[in-house]
Amino acid sequence: MSGKNNGYLVSSNLEKVLKAGHFAVTGELGPPQGADPEVIREKAALLKGYVDAVNITDNQTAIVRMSSIGAGTLVLQEGLEPIIQMTCRDRNRLAIQADLLGAHALGMRNLLCLTGDHQIFGNHPTAKNVYDMDSLQMVHMLTEMRDKAVFQCGDEVKGSTAGFLLGSAAAPFADPIDFRPLRLAKKVKAGSNFIQTQLVYDVKEFAKYMEKVRELGVHKETFILAGVGPLKSPGMAKYMKNNVPGILVPDEVIERMTEAGKEWKGKKAADLSPEEKKARSKAWQTEGIQVCIDLIKDIKKIDGVAGVHIMAIEWEEAVKPIVEGAGLYPRPEVN
Amino acid sequence: MITGEQKPLEEIQALLGDAEKVLVVGCGTCVTVCFAGGSREAQILSASLRMASKLNDHPQDVTDVTVQRQCEWEYLDEIEKEIAEADIVLSLGCGIGVQAIAEHFPDTWVVPGLNTTFMGIPQEQGVWEERCAACGDCILGLTGGICPIARCSKSLLNGPCGGSEDGHCEIDPEVPCAWQLIYDRLTSMGKEDTLLELQPPKNWQVSRDGGPRKIIREDLRLISDEA
Repeated sequence: MSGKNNGYLVSSNLEKVLKAGHFAVTGELGPPQGADPEVIREKAALLKGYVDAVNITDNQTAIVRMSSIGAGTLVLQEGLEPIIQMTCRDRNRLAIQADLLGAHALGMRNLLCLTGDHQIFGNHPTAKNVYDMDSLQMVHMLTEMRDKAVFQCGDEVKGSTAGFLLGSAAAPFADPIDFRPLRLAKKVKAGSNFIQTQLVYDVKEFAKYMEKVRELGVHKETFILAGVGPLKSPGMAKYMKNNVPGILVPDEVIERMTEAGKEWKGKKAADLSPEEKKARSKAWQTEGIQVCIDLIKDIKKIDGVAGVHIMAIEWEEAVKPIVEGAGLYPRPEVN
Repeated sequence: MITGEQKPLEEIQALLGDAEKVLVVGCGTCVTVCFAGGSREAQILSASLRMASKLNDHPQDVTDVTVQRQCEWEYLDEIEKEIAEADIVLSLGCGIGVQAIAEHFPDTWVVPGLNTTFMGIPQEQGVWEERCAACGDCILGLTGGICPIARCSKSLLNGPCGGSEDGHCEIDPEVPCAWQLIYDRLTSMGKEDTLLELQPPKNWQVSRDGGPRKIIREDLRLISDEA
């Protein structure tokens, strides 16, 4: 297949930017819990020009939302390139393949394969989950579908097949921590063309992880995009540190966020006027964006990192100042 | 073993309705061991139902009997008379026991007194944990004797998801991460290379997904299909 496309697997903008050696920027767009296309168009407008492609989440945190492929179609119409996310939680191998034939026919070329958050966290905790396959098996199945034009069962795809640039997620700081670089290697062996990591706030620990990844040579076989995201408040930073598995938030980051709101120190939300609350949020958000910019600048120096994945769900406005502040604007055009 | 838990009394009362003669049938095997539906539980539940029905001004005649195994015809034959005399049978067996009674006594209305929960192990006195999902294609030889189908919340086959922290599953800090257990065991046994092999999608056809299952052993049968 590569011969037909000047050496590209799928010729998506993301693939071209990565293969040209540019430091890539991807974003994230969470579809609404409703059917209004305007929500997608507005978010797409905030991201267009600032990211090379945007992830469209798939029932993120197991809460029902507009489908990733449906929202991705709208994003594509707005001139922004989608990265469809697909989880193993909601679909078996028949549904995954069928939906992706459709997604390809609609013009989508990038896919992030995920296991998916357990449904117990979402708004339908009594649902039956699927988990017919895991994310590595999904990547492998879709590599075969793209490169050999076969379905998982071995039957040939009739006519043209569905080819995607295939991505996987990586959780560098989840347990068992010693296994994480090896698991990344396994994901790449399964066929992952790019990797997007869980949120990184601790650059020192991430650098150690990348060192092990480089020892395995994995960074040469895939493109690794480090996940970053702006913090909205010191409370959010503490919550992530204490409650979200696989996220390390160093004290210095929490201190920076706390320091940004020092003018209102010791005051509870109830003691503040609406104007004061607004001013405090603004101060925190400004610092959250600056912390994110500084993280990107540090991460960019780590050998083997091919880009950043900016997760600013429900705060898409933050992407523009982050990308500009990190010196990553304008985004390259690769033909 | 198969484990079960008794349904709430209110739910059992609703299932029994206005029936006058109630027979509670305990089972002497798995549900006895897990203190859910043995002879002792059948007696206690019968007494509770008698008392509750009196308080509701609709006294019911509730008796109990326990068989060695509700899932075998020969043991059910022993209680044919008691069953025939009852208006309704409340089985304290697992779901297999309830169905065996329904199948063996087609004219009897039988209702379940337990929720059958899982196949597992008594971890300590009063604590049971799930161990096997009866998937029909055992992979314990690859995973150090720890089953990711039954014990990983997502039944993953290629290692831990990103929700593993401090040895626990993201769904509940009380639930151990099966893949952490597998990792630790394979590493301690010097078999960690197994973790790097890509396990292909599982054949779920031999599990419940392929439809209700049946085992036929011609070498053991007394009556063959041709006869």
